[in-house]
Amino acid sequence: MIQKQLHIFRVLTGIAFFVFGTVSLVVSASAQEVLKIGVLGVMSGSAASWGLVNKYCAETSAELYNEQGGVDIGGKKYKIEIVAVDDKNDPKLAVSGAERLTKQEGIHYIIGPNVDTTAASVQPVAEAAGAIYFPYAFQKSLYTPPHGNAVLGMIASYQAGPIIYKYLMDNKGVKSVSFVARNESDPLDQRDEGVQAAKKLGLEVKSSNDTYEPGTTDFFPVMTRVVGNNPDLIVLSGVAPADAPLLIKSARELGYQGILSTETAQDIKILNEVAGDAAEGFICVGGASTPEIRSDYMEKFADRYKKVAGEWNDEAGTKVYALEMIIATLQKAGPDAINNIDLFKKAIPDFSMKNPFLKEEKPLKYVGTSYFSQPRQIGVPMVVNQVKGGKFETLFVGSVE
Amino acid sequence: MEQMLVNGVVLAVNYALIALGITLIFSIMNILNFAHGQMFMVGGFVVYYVYGVYHLNYFVSLVAVVVVLGIIGYCFETFFFRRIRKVATREENSMLLAVGTALLLENLALSIFGEKQRGVPPVVTGVFRFGSAFLPASRLLVMLLALVLIVGLLLFVQYTKIGRAMRALAQDRELTHLMGVNVNRVSAFGFALGAALAGLAGGLLITVFGVNSGVGNVYSIKAFIMIMIGGAGVVPGAILGAIVLGFAEAIGYALLPGSVTYLLIFIGLIIFLLLRPQGLLGKPWG
Repeated sequence: MIQKQLHIFRVLTGIAFFVFGTVSLVVSASAQEVLKIGVLGVMSGSAASWGLVNKYCAETSAELYNEQGGVDIGGKKYKIEIVAVDDKNDPKLAVSGAERLTKQEGIHYIIGPNVDTTAASVQPVAEAAGAIYFPYAFQKSLYTPPHGNAVLGMIASYQAGPIIYKYLMDNKGVKSVSFVARNESDPLDQRDEGVQAAKKLGLEVKSSNDTYEPGTTDFFPVMTRVVGNNPDLIVLSGVAPADAPLLIKSARELGYQGILSTETAQDIKILNEVAGDAAEGFICVGGASTPEIRSDYMEKFADRYKKVAGEWNDEAGTKVYALEMIIATLQKAGPDAINNIDLFKKAIPDFSMKNPFLKEEKPLKYVGTSYFSQPRQIGVPMVVNQVKGGKFETLFVGSVE
Repeated sequence: MEQMLVNGVVLAVNYALIALGITLIFSIMNILNFAHGQMFMVGGFVVYYVYGVYHLNYFVSLVAVVVVLGIIGYCFETFFFRRIRKVATREENSMLLAVGTALLLENLALSIFGEKQRGVPPVVTGVFRFGSAFLPASRLLVMLLALVLIVGLLLFVQYTKIGRAMRALAQDRELTHLMGVNVNRVSAFGFALGAALAGLAGGLLITVFGVNSGVGNVYSIKAFIMIMIGGAGVVPGAILGAIVLGFAEAIGYALLPGSVTYLLIFIGLIIFLLLRPQGLLGKPWG
């Protein structure tokens, strides 16, 4: 009997030690500070790739940092935790998503949203909650005083468009242009900006009224009208990666021989799979995605991205920058900036670092003062790519100051 | 003008194939299959993997579509809709279930197939020219295959035993049961056939348009428009609805600015439904 009680006592003592040890380990592991970053954007439906690429980029960077023990801010290591919310491209869901991120999760730095309507709806929430957000929307009022909490995460179409048109005028003899846009606020704005820029450069705008509904898959009827004008250049304004190859294919099947371009980032695999040879010569904007300009760090990032997302997406070349800039700016502003965005804002004007994603020694800083009257744009290099032999080839690399 | 007509014919035939599946399921089970577009999307992905990734023959991939979507449709009817039909007293339950299956398929596809647009190598290449109109060979092939499938389906429903049972079921479920027809088996077969048709449409059109996980809702909405025009549950009505929508799109996009086309289609649809809610060939409700 005593023997049995002794045995039970030993077992219970063993369990107690095990539980105590495990709890201690968990407590010591969780003692590391956590830096939560929100990702808010469209992650389902036909435009899912826009938000999901943001999410995968943030998760990839977070994994790389966390493997090194976290990110060092003011001498303390922080583990990065990504909290992603799908707004389904719906302003109402974007508002509730931003409220969840800022109020429930206590997050002060958000990557996204992806379009004008969702970004504009998030603005009052972010400003009230003291959060900085990095939209991929081009509406100028988001970044212009008195507003100061939004930082444009990429090159805007009204910045890339004129440079691409000028290049094509000088190098390919382009004299006329037609625009086709998705019937949504962002692409229509981008089209209008593009039309203005083209007219300013002296291009003849042959047509700009042709639009298509979101979700369209058969672009033959739409492109019949556009191709009928026989312009030297057709600009696909604000085109989604799912739509671009179909528009290109339809134009080529209708016998169009001119140049097709867009000011948004595209993925070469999608272009090859859906448009095939028709994509040859297509011009679009990229980031640090083409192999000839990538740094070793970008190669490492791309390898890890494939593990996180399942496969590489060239759109990631433009979206890799947001989290890197948040972390580097926080490092400069100090640990108090994690919960106080005023310190983050103060650090923006003088911030500069070497662009870690490019081979070439180029500075990475906040730009956009000439467009927004304050530096509220990540100085992503303006990489203009052309499809050649089923691959992206960098035509030229520009910048926005 | 010639291009407009060619575009209209191609759109109408493609749409007819999509509308037939949804009207078949509606006629047999009185369920508006909200997952129809998602079944179309799954069909596209089956072809993407079998033909595009594993490089098997394109027609083998279409057979795979019939098998996969047939099984999905059969399982949906047997495990979900049959049970709901038995226990639910309100029609909304099966409608909500249909919406649930649509979300299930879409989110599963996003997790499994990813967010990217997918496409396959062309089955045929080249472009035909009729006067001033262009018709790519890939579209012509899809149109011809769709026509064969539509005619095949009409003959199947008209002349086979199970086809007759399906038509009887569409007319009166109880009476069909009393006549000794295994209603459950016919329902499951009809649902599987409708799903396979949606999948085949996706499998055909991926060669022209590609496919992505979020494309389903667009096709579901177009399918609903077509059966509203033609009359829900009426096979010839679905074809008529497809012709009307196909030509409305082709003519609208040719003559009007893009965004006005669908605006006018929806305004026209509202006015049409106010005047004839049962559609062109449907029977008055109730």
